[in-house]
Amino acid sequence: MAVSGVLLVLFIIAHMAGNLHVFEGPEEMNAYAHGLRTFGEPLLPHETLLWIMRLGLIAAAVAHIASAIVLTRRAARARPVRYAHRRPARGESRHAAATMRWGGVVIVFFLVWHLLDLTFRTVNPVKDAPDAYGAVVASFTPERWPVTVLYLLAVIALGFHLRHGIWSAVQTIAGPDHKWRKRTQIIALAVAVIVSAGFAIVPLAVTFGLVS
Amino acid sequence: MKLRLRIWRQAGAEDKGKMVPYVIDGISEDASFLEMLDVLNEQLIAEGEDPVAFDHDCREGICGACSLMIDGQAHGPQGATTTCQLHMRQYSDGDTIDIEPWRAGAFPVVKDLVVDRSSFDRIIQAGGYISAPTGTAPDAHAVPVPKPDADAAFSAAACIGCGACVAACPNGSGMLFMAAKVAHLGLMPQGQPERHTRVLGMVAAHDEAGFGGCTNTGECSAACPKEIGLDVIGRLNADFRKAATRAA
Repeated sequence: MAVSGVLLVLFIIAHMAGNLHVFEGPEEMNAYAHGLRTFGEPLLPHETLLWIMRLGLIAAAVAHIASAIVLTRRAARARPVRYAHRRPARGESRHAAATMRWGGVVIVFFLVWHLLDLTFRTVNPVKDAPDAYGAVVASFTPERWPVTVLYLLAVIALGFHLRHGIWSAVQTIAGPDHKWRKRTQIIALAVAVIVSAGFAIVPLAVTFGLVS
Repeated sequence: MKLRLRIWRQAGAEDKGKMVPYVIDGISEDASFLEMLDVLNEQLIAEGEDPVAFDHDCREGICGACSLMIDGQAHGPQGATTTCQLHMRQYSDGDTIDIEPWRAGAFPVVKDLVVDRSSFDRIIQAGGYISAPTGTAPDAHAVPVPKPDADAAFSAAACIGCGACVAACPNGSGMLFMAAKVAHLGLMPQGQPERHTRVLGMVAAHDEAGFGGCTNTGECSAACPKEIGLDVIGRLNADFRKAATRAA
């Protein structure tokens, strides 16, 4: 759970930062997308880096989901009879019990749409693969506002997921003391807010006409 | 004061069990929570009914026998106290109080509010000890222990093994209990020879007993009557990583 999570967090930070090329205009954005595919050429075959990253991502995602299923099933077996009187959580990650598992499912469903939209372009009007900029603008036009709303919901779910996931992964792998655990929680919150804001700003900018 | 109680009644391990309402009057605000249950039981016995079974022993917060999920909170609404240290001044006349047993597959209900916590004993037997020669006790200062380590070990050793951590955990995990023992013994020089076999053995016994996995929600620590922090879980994780790497 923790190791695959860390790999996914590193990807998500790079993905968020890469998205911000959209604010530099169509040429830079498409050049960035092109660069990801041609990295290392002619020494390496076309899309070498991209496919290494894709295979790593798929492996990490599968490991992450498999661990989550194991933990969820163990938890269900460990509490066969539920409490009649339940109260809101009051631990250090009080949102975690409510948001990690359902939030994870939301992210998976979002991911299906996201791949069909901006990778395979099945549900995107712009079919021309090299035109990443055009596809982003077409996806979040004001007329397609439900898509923007879907992305924002997914980004919020991701933010909650990161706030708990990052410090929890550090707790599992490194085993920090009290002082470092508190620091890790602050860093996790900061990364969650920055990543969520960085992802949210792109669809919002297109919907509100700042990028067209 | 007059109170409405809803208490989990279950005749035996195989019985289905249900929440049963009771009304109790004339409870002093100076009574402890367990004394309030004693009064209820006297009333039930006088009426020819079966008294409510619940665990208790020292009634001063140090033995770990008492339990009870009170209105969804392990050991009740007051922080850093066990149920026996909870007093009725926390409640007002006319309150309704829900009382349930610890809920965990590894803590099967024996009767009413009494659960079998021998799975904790099995975790201890799997490594929660040090091997020491018998005979006269050695001089207390024979083995020097750095003061910060002694303090941290003492904080972890405050664990009374009541099981509130398991009861409060959304995953039904016994991680905080187990980690408190691993941290307590692993911080002391006497605990070093068995440090790695201890953590591997205890984790295996914990999983074998049917406790859930830890997801670091922190509910355990918030419910702990001895306020044991999540840093002990960090120590267990670090020890487990080293021990598992060495064993591999």
